[in-house]
Amino acid sequence: MERPGFLPRQRLDDLLVLLRDSGYRVIGPQLAEGAVVYRDIGAASDLPAGVTVESGPGSMRVIKQDSPRQFAWANGPQALKPRLFKPAESLWQVQRDAQGRLSFARCDETPQAVAVIGVRACDLAALRIHDQHFLESEYRDPYYARRRERLLLVAVNCTDPATTCFCASTGDGPAASGDYDLLLDELEDGFLVTSGSPEGQKLSAALALTPAPDARCEVARAAVERAAAVQTRRLPPGDLFDRLFAHRDHPRWSEVANRCLACGNCTQVCPTCFCSRERDETPLDGASSVHQREWDSCFTEGHSYIHGLVIRAETRQRYRQWLTHKLGSWHRQFGRSGCVGCGRCILWCPVGIDITEEVHVLMQEPVHD
Amino acid sequence: MDRYFLTQIFSTCLVCGVYDMKPGVAVHKFSSCDGCQLAFLNLGEELLELDRLVEIVHFAEAGPFDEQTPVAIAFVEGSISTQADTERIRRVREQADFLITIGACATSGGVQALRNLADSGAWHASIYPEPEYLDSLDNVTAIREHVKVDLELWGCPVNSRQVLAAVRALLFGVLPETDRDKVCMECKRQQNVCVIVAQGVPCLGPVTRSGCGSLCPRFGRDCYGCYGPAEALNTASLGKRFAGLGLLPEQVVNRFRAIHSHLEEFAPPQGPDYDRE
Repeated sequence: MERPGFLPRQRLDDLLVLLRDSGYRVIGPQLAEGAVVYRDIGAASDLPAGVTVESGPGSMRVIKQDSPRQFAWANGPQALKPRLFKPAESLWQVQRDAQGRLSFARCDETPQAVAVIGVRACDLAALRIHDQHFLESEYRDPYYARRRERLLLVAVNCTDPATTCFCASTGDGPAASGDYDLLLDELEDGFLVTSGSPEGQKLSAALALTPAPDARCEVARAAVERAAAVQTRRLPPGDLFDRLFAHRDHPRWSEVANRCLACGNCTQVCPTCFCSRERDETPLDGASSVHQREWDSCFTEGHSYIHGLVIRAETRQRYRQWLTHKLGSWHRQFGRSGCVGCGRCILWCPVGIDITEEVHVLMQEPVHD
Repeated sequence: MDRYFLTQIFSTCLVCGVYDMKPGVAVHKFSSCDGCQLAFLNLGEELLELDRLVEIVHFAEAGPFDEQTPVAIAFVEGSISTQADTERIRRVREQADFLITIGACATSGGVQALRNLADSGAWHASIYPEPEYLDSLDNVTAIREHVKVDLELWGCPVNSRQVLAAVRALLFGVLPETDRDKVCMECKRQQNVCVIVAQGVPCLGPVTRSGCGSLCPRFGRDCYGCYGPAEALNTASLGKRFAGLGLLPEQVVNRFRAIHSHLEEFAPPQGPDYDRE
């Protein structure tokens, strides 16, 4: 295996300049609206230095520390999903001419190449699932595909998971295992740089890095191991289909519905949820119309609306749909669980419902009075 | 209201978009602040397009005044708070094929329905030397409590997009779409950071109907529910969360009551902590 190169922290801007010179719009983590969010990055000084995150179910606060580290935070609410699967986008439009003839046109945009810095292992795992869904299924999504083809990924191994994280138990983190162009390990004074693709190798070569000594590699490895060891939440391993579907009538579904707001936040921050709805936006003159796709959720009534009937009218049914799909029927659809252990659904649930806790109870035989 | 009836009212040539006769539109005001009527007046150039498509028969705030001529669509702003209102709303209904309430006041009673929770007679007596000259009902009520309403547009105030979408759909001869999803859905589509989770503020987004474009959270503040209740409500759980954020029971109750106090959906949960009054 290739020995990682060492990039001193003060040279991080070299990487950003290199990416920009290679034609990429550079997106990276920033501190905004009280959280770590991915935005355009001008210089390395835009990165959230000394920022760490204190979190629990339904609550998080950013803590500023006197530290040079720029990637010492657990994931923010979103990462790659909104870059590739847009929260709202126009798919096609139709125009009516003076003779009443209709002409349809696909909304084609050629997206700029984007480089995202700071991607975590959980988000790379989620990306693999979205690639399966949007690119490798029978119906390839051209909108997703165009953006995916122009995406460069600079992953950073996670050393500071949130208390809500459980990627170690799903096998998706905290170390990135592939599907990146470049991988960084953050040390106090700089970064180990490993390339994972021909494009990454080119970038790495252009940076002309010196090989990292063993001692630095050992420090980096130990930090990632610690990030796995500190995680306290976990999901049961394997395909939970049989056990969850055998408990369709478990009283816990009603109990969780007493707390669940059916607001859909868990699905919107989930990096693997991919449901959408479509609708038309028509200007007042009625001569044209734009067909829009936007994020939907199995927690909305429209999601289960069929021929005048909402199939899942109750929150109990919606939560059950979400969880049994995510952890059960997902296996039959994609050959793995739909959960990558990022913990966002726990952290960003306004009332702090914990999927690991719910699953634990739902797997037990119901206790009858 | 079925499709057949709608196409009767809005008989238009689908090819050229020209009507046999331009459908008449009226905009009526009851007890309100006039803010929802601004959804029309703020349209800019689209107001000219609207004028090309429909005949604006009555719209006192904009100029035309004619309460007598029958219209295809009557927009109604404001709540019913006087004896005269109760009679006028019946006439409005009789003269309109399709009646649309616009805004919180018309749709639920709005802010002024807060007086239903108080002894308004005592208030009148303490302010006015001769309260017997006031025409003021004890309770403020929504339009739907008096006449049949065909469509409700929520919001305090409604926005131009809602109004135009409703007019456009009706001109096509279909019922306007209603979206009862929560503000959270719009908020996440805009990639806002959740203010409950990241700031610990009592945001009503998880129980409030979308349509505003998550205006308040977009600017980092908590939704106060002006678009009214969404579907699949769980106010009890959200109220408990607000208590966990440090709100006193009375503050939780007031949070839900501010704009839509007259609605059962936003009434305080029953229980020792939330007893009414």
